[in-house]
Amino acid sequence: MTPTETKQQSMYDQVLESTPRGERLKLCLQCGDCSGICPFGYLMIHPPSRLIAQLRADRFEKVLETDTVWMCVSCYACTAVCPAQIPLTPGLMARTKEELILNGNVPAELQSALENSQRYGNPLGESPRKRADWAAGIQPEVKIMGKFRQPVDVLWFVGDYPSYHPRVQATAKALTKILHALGVNFGILGPDETSDGDSQRLAGERGLFEMLAERNGLAFSKYQFKEIITTDPHAYNAIKNEYPRLEISYPIRHYTEFLAERLDQLKPLLKQEVKAKVTYHDPCYLGRANDVFEEPRHLIEAIPGVELVEMTHNHKNSLCCGGGGGGMWLDGFQWEKAHVRLSEWRVKEALAVGADILAVACPYETPRFEDAAKTVQGAGQLRVRDITELLVEAMGI
Amino acid sequence: MTQDIYVVIEHLRGQVAEISYVMLAAAQELAKGQNGKVVAVLLGKNAQGLAGNLAADRLISFDHPGLADFTSDAYQKVLAGLIQKDQPRAVFFGSTSIGTDLASVLSIRLGLPLVSSCRLFTPEGKYVSQICGGKIMAEGELPGPTSLVTMVPGGYKPEQGQSNQSPAVTQGEVPSLDSLRVSLKGYIEPAAGDVDIAKEPILISVGRGIQNKDNISLAEDLASALGGVVTGSRPVIDQGWLASSRLVGKSGKQVKPKIYFTLGISGAPEHAEAIMGSNAIIAVNTDPAAPIFNIAKYGVEMDLFDLVEVLTEKVKAAKAS
Amino acid sequence: MNIIILVKLVPDLVEELTVDASGAALDMAWLRLIINEFDDHAIEQGILLKERGGGQVTIVAPDVEGIDDVLFTAAAKGADHLIKVKGDFSAGVNNHALARALATVVKGLQPDLVLTGVQANNDIDGALGPLLAGLLEMPYVGYLSGVAIDGAKTKVRKEYPGGLIAEMEVTLPAVLGVQAAEQPPRYVAVSKVRQVMKTSTIEEQSASPLDPSGGPKISRMFQPETGGRATMLTGTADEVSTQLVGIFKELGVL
Repeated sequence: MTPTETKQQSMYDQVLESTPRGERLKLCLQCGDCSGICPFGYLMIHPPSRLIAQLRADRFEKVLETDTVWMCVSCYACTAVCPAQIPLTPGLMARTKEELILNGNVPAELQSALENSQRYGNPLGESPRKRADWAAGIQPEVKIMGKFRQPVDVLWFVGDYPSYHPRVQATAKALTKILHALGVNFGILGPDETSDGDSQRLAGERGLFEMLAERNGLAFSKYQFKEIITTDPHAYNAIKNEYPRLEISYPIRHYTEFLAERLDQLKPLLKQEVKAKVTYHDPCYLGRANDVFEEPRHLIEAIPGVELVEMTHNHKNSLCCGGGGGGMWLDGFQWEKAHVRLSEWRVKEALAVGADILAVACPYETPRFEDAAKTVQGAGQLRVRDITELLVEAMGI
Repeated sequence: MTQDIYVVIEHLRGQVAEISYVMLAAAQELAKGQNGKVVAVLLGKNAQGLAGNLAADRLISFDHPGLADFTSDAYQKVLAGLIQKDQPRAVFFGSTSIGTDLASVLSIRLGLPLVSSCRLFTPEGKYVSQICGGKIMAEGELPGPTSLVTMVPGGYKPEQGQSNQSPAVTQGEVPSLDSLRVSLKGYIEPAAGDVDIAKEPILISVGRGIQNKDNISLAEDLASALGGVVTGSRPVIDQGWLASSRLVGKSGKQVKPKIYFTLGISGAPEHAEAIMGSNAIIAVNTDPAAPIFNIAKYGVEMDLFDLVEVLTEKVKAAKAS
Repeated sequence: MNIIILVKLVPDLVEELTVDASGAALDMAWLRLIINEFDDHAIEQGILLKERGGGQVTIVAPDVEGIDDVLFTAAAKGADHLIKVKGDFSAGVNNHALARALATVVKGLQPDLVLTGVQANNDIDGALGPLLAGLLEMPYVGYLSGVAIDGAKTKVRKEYPGGLIAEMEVTLPAVLGVQAAEQPPRYVAVSKVRQVMKTSTIEEQSASPLDPSGGPKISRMFQPETGGRATMLTGTADEVSTQLVGIFKELGVL
């Protein structure tokens, strides 16, 4: 190391220091597995392996001149396949995006999502006061912790899209019905809840992530509950793996894990047949990143009439829907470069196995796959349903 | 000191701006109760020809080469002298690129109260203004003895400010126009070779709800099917998704098409005021509280992405049969 | 080049706006304030001018809740000095009062150029920029989408309806009202703002007692009646499209 600390060297070191196991970056063999498996790797001027090469050659400024790193949807495929176990997604890719943001290189669509997250606590730019409006009118009433002020067993972290997105609110309402039917004593934070911040973190806004996490941490500390469950795999990943480093530590599970644990109680309630071929899309942050593969499948298989079929890419090598790492807010940018959407690819896989229903477990997926189904030939009849929606259909409620 | 209502006529490149007629109509209303006359004030060079259809009792013309085109310093100087001398009941300015360069500065310079964004007046001397994107209205007594006002359209029809009797003209004395601090260098025309959207009968207009440049093609497909043209509101043009010649709104073009079909436009005042003359506004928006539904003839509370392709197919089918 | 940028916070229209108990003012309790978007453009334009031609950028704003964040964000974008003017702004003031409060501060800074947004959504008595120009006896041009410095003058692009632009020259010092900066306001990372918070300071100056004379008296504020609502078409996309085709036929376009 030369005495003068060049920006690139210190960035290399920063990546090494700031991510758990980041020092494994030194072990990169330049095998190229990461760039090969990356769904948009072919469009990047610097796919992951080449990014590492530029870092090592002290030529990071070359990377700053380009914008193709914004094609990365933080799907974890590279990280999962790396033989040296380098934390590519949360370390290398997120840190590179961070540098681009600091250099003013951020696509306009993403900019508004980030600004909205900062200002309103959600990337959609909706009023924070309306975060629990989706629950209005539901009987029995959904307990909002700030009003209810009593301990609950389960705190349900709803998430941005189930709270605000018109299509995804159906997931929130469906889970409410299921929790009520199972007699679970739960509450939600409502207006006290703010974006989990995970996608913003992976899009390069670490400062914003910390700000959002701190707000949630403060909200959690005000109330009493035994565990947290969530509808959103991104929130699941954040609260499970990232929040503890900020001293915000709570037991958390995805709703599929929570319900699968109660399958004995749930199964008798699944009275109505759903006669369909159902294929399940493993969300990146539930499956590949956090190893939850079987519980969602147990739930689907418990539904009478359902035939579960697997798509070509499933379990650990599931194909990303394209929404992660900021992808949800980079549609225009990514379309300009790729002229293909990952969600459309996935819908074609569902059709190829003759699925009637594409089952999902992440709030980004329902709108993304439904949009894709509109443009893919022959996908007009394909139904996209969150597992909660399928369960509720089978419960006849 | 008089009870007359003075209206500063706005004109650009030989055309009287529509806001001038709206102001004259408003002035008529106010003058009724204040026992005053409506006086049009016209600054320009050889501009009297423009005065033909102004509904005013008289016209004061300031004719000078230095006033041929609007510049804030020159116009301010002339109007300051006039207002100080005549002390009318009120002076109306448009809430526009021209009027707003003048009204506030004159308010301070002459020590006169100013009410802005006025939409309506009553003969009794009340103003009604709109603020906060049109979500809030404010009302009160127009301060006396002399008030400055900026006006927005929407409260009166321009036809109410037109007349086939031209007003009697008096020449105003133009003060010395030396040492002006603002000068005009030239005009830049909007990109030529594109359609004149003000002449098109069918407009498919996209707003923020279109989300990105790529989705504009959905609107273009519908426009082709119907024989129309795609336009947009300010956020769409600002993002560079459509050329500025396609901008409909206060800072763009005013349009009066047969059909103004909106996709994802909320209908904020700056946009609404430019489409009020449309024959039929049909609005598609997911927000039932969007102000556009208050001026539209038909409304659809639906996600434009759920509707537009289906509609395009049906239009094509109808045309084919 | 000494550039001063005036910034004010306005009601965020994302939230519901309600009128308070007096019936003549906005209910401040539920109001969320955000930076006036045109002032955000003024900041961007000011920073661009500094990046191109050098100089110092000073942001001047009234001291209201949330202003510190706004000022630090501007510093993270490149503003050199931050000044907040203390006074009783809590109940909301009109632009005449604000202009007078800021005028003494701005005068003391001996600006070459003052930039501010051409308007704000809560303006009821004109706009801050031209009122300040009147007080400082400086020339004013508004509705600008381009500003360039040329020696002792500034060249500006003034927007007219229909996409027409007038190029004007204004002698300095001058006050300019920005409609749109030459590029959209840049993004600045939260981490950068937090960093700047540790290294920058906000200077405080006091305003003379507020004088709102020149603004109108508001006797009533209300929400407009939503009269004459559109005929809403309902049903599936398919059903609505069929209805629309029928309407197009009625209107004679099909």
